[in-house]
Amino acid sequence: MSDRTDAPIEHDLAPGEEAQHTVGERILGYVVGLGLALLLTATSFFIAGTNLVWQPSIPVALIVLAIAQMGVHLVFFLHITTGADNTNNVLALAFGLLIVFLVVGGTVWIMAHLNQNMPPMDQFIRMHS
Amino acid sequence: MSMTATAGHTHADPHQIGRVVEHTGPAPKRIVTAYGFWIFLISDIVMFSCFFAAYAVLVDQTAGGPKGSEIFDQRNVAIETVCLLLSSFTCGMASIAADEHNRFWFYLGMAVTCVLGLIFLAVEFREFADLVARGYGPSRSAFLTSFFSLVGCHGLHVSAGVLWLLTMMAQVFAKGFRADILRRMRCFALFWHALDIIWVGVFSVVYLLGSGA
Repeated sequence: MSDRTDAPIEHDLAPGEEAQHTVGERILGYVVGLGLALLLTATSFFIAGTNLVWQPSIPVALIVLAIAQMGVHLVFFLHITTGADNTNNVLALAFGLLIVFLVVGGTVWIMAHLNQNMPPMDQFIRMHS
Repeated sequence: MSMTATAGHTHADPHQIGRVVEHTGPAPKRIVTAYGFWIFLISDIVMFSCFFAAYAVLVDQTAGGPKGSEIFDQRNVAIETVCLLLSSFTCGMASIAADEHNRFWFYLGMAVTCVLGLIFLAVEFREFADLVARGYGPSRSAFLTSFFSLVGCHGLHVSAGVLWLLTMMAQVFAKGFRADILRRMRCFALFWHALDIIWVGVFSVVYLLGSGA
């Protein structure tokens, strides 16, 4: 690890641990996170019930807003950042997300194909009569 | 490390006493504990993803029973969401107070977190009891089974979190802000924040997407 001699990193950060230390800065971080999260939540609830936007875009918008809010929670509440002292935490999270996308995406994909190719018998009869 | 690489330091500090040794052994316990708990939380999120996948597959299998849009009450969900979000904030305040060894703000933050968590659980329990009373229990249709499993599993996690929260308050009361207590408090804060992240998925995918369709 001779390439680390010029970068004075003395320890890694534990998950949930913050790099800065003054109380004021830490409280400010949580306040900013709470504000952003409330804003995103309010937008989600507004989008779900409105007629103002093109209706087919609503599910996509809700999923984008949910992912954005999860990101806000990760950064401001769990303090998972892209800093060099956070590499281990981010790598563990990245592997977890890989599994999550494989499970959810794979299940939805396969089951949609099964529904299409092997419909229940009453639908099958309707389709071929 | 070769001699040439350290030649610049030899006359000032021949034995490199002033330099940080790179491999000092295992990481501090504070990091090992929180990292291990972080791995557990990620496995918990993977488990929730299976419930989400089951819900996504079964959401249309209502077997003649009610659809999501007929049984979800947006006002209840908004109350639950705000409660959990605010409790995440107060939990953060409590963990700052714990790091600063400030008992008053620690107890206050944890007590408010506990009350908000209990309000969340009460609203959710009332919703479930109401659905079962109307005959829409988990055995009514595959959709309702997956709905009760997913939301109920999150509710069970919140209940366990409230018990852990009370335990942490008792431990700080009995033992003070010792290093091991602070490690447990850090794990609890991670757990509580992770529950809020999962709730973001639940209210977006189950309640908001479900009530629109």
